[in-house]
Amino acid sequence: MKNRLKILRAERDWSQGDLAERLQVSRQSVNAIETGKYDPSLPLAFRIADLFDLSIEEIFLKD
Amino acid sequence: MAMYKSPATKRYVVRLVVLMTAYLVALPVTNWLFKNGNMSGALAYALAVLPALPIIGVFWAVMRLLVEEPDEFIRMLLVRQCLVATGFCLTVMTIWQFLQNFHLLPFGDGGFGAAFFWFLGLGVGALYNKLTVGTAGSCW
Repeated sequence: MKNRLKILRAERDWSQGDLAERLQVSRQSVNAIETGKYDPSLPLAFRIADLFDLSIEEIFLKD
Repeated sequence: MAMYKSPATKRYVVRLVVLMTAYLVALPVTNWLFKNGNMSGALAYALAVLPALPIIGVFWAVMRLLVEEPDEFIRMLLVRQCLVATGFCLTVMTIWQFLQNFHLLPFGDGGFGAAFFWFLGLGVGALYNKLTVGTAGSCW
């Protein structure tokens, strides 16, 4: 699944580690989600959306 | 990329160290008692099982890690690793058994049982994760 996580993170000048800390997940998780190797669960997707104050559909896109 | 270590991972490492230390004590003590003592009856059975208990404890520790790890991605990597380990172990043991059944290999395992190949399989699983997902996870 494609996503805009890397762009959103860059807009805020956050490193993968910064985002991982804010989401309380590992940096490997952020990297895997950003590169499309792992699709997050719905609860984690909601946490990501809440953090960026966006809806899930504005972050995660259909292939 | 820095190694991720959650409190669950740290607990797992502590459990592993304790259990492996127990194994390294239990095995030579059991060997010595069987060589030098006159073991028989229920005591012999209980003593023979003694070195197996820390190994079973490691299985428990791995399963606890699967339950306690809060990071869903790392948990998925661990599950994949355990599935690869189980498949690897079953494959090796099945082939070995048939080679023994047709007398192409001697009976007995030379000290290398199913647990050894499962733990070896965890290494194979970590490699599989590294090659397919780009990271081996947190523990191995």
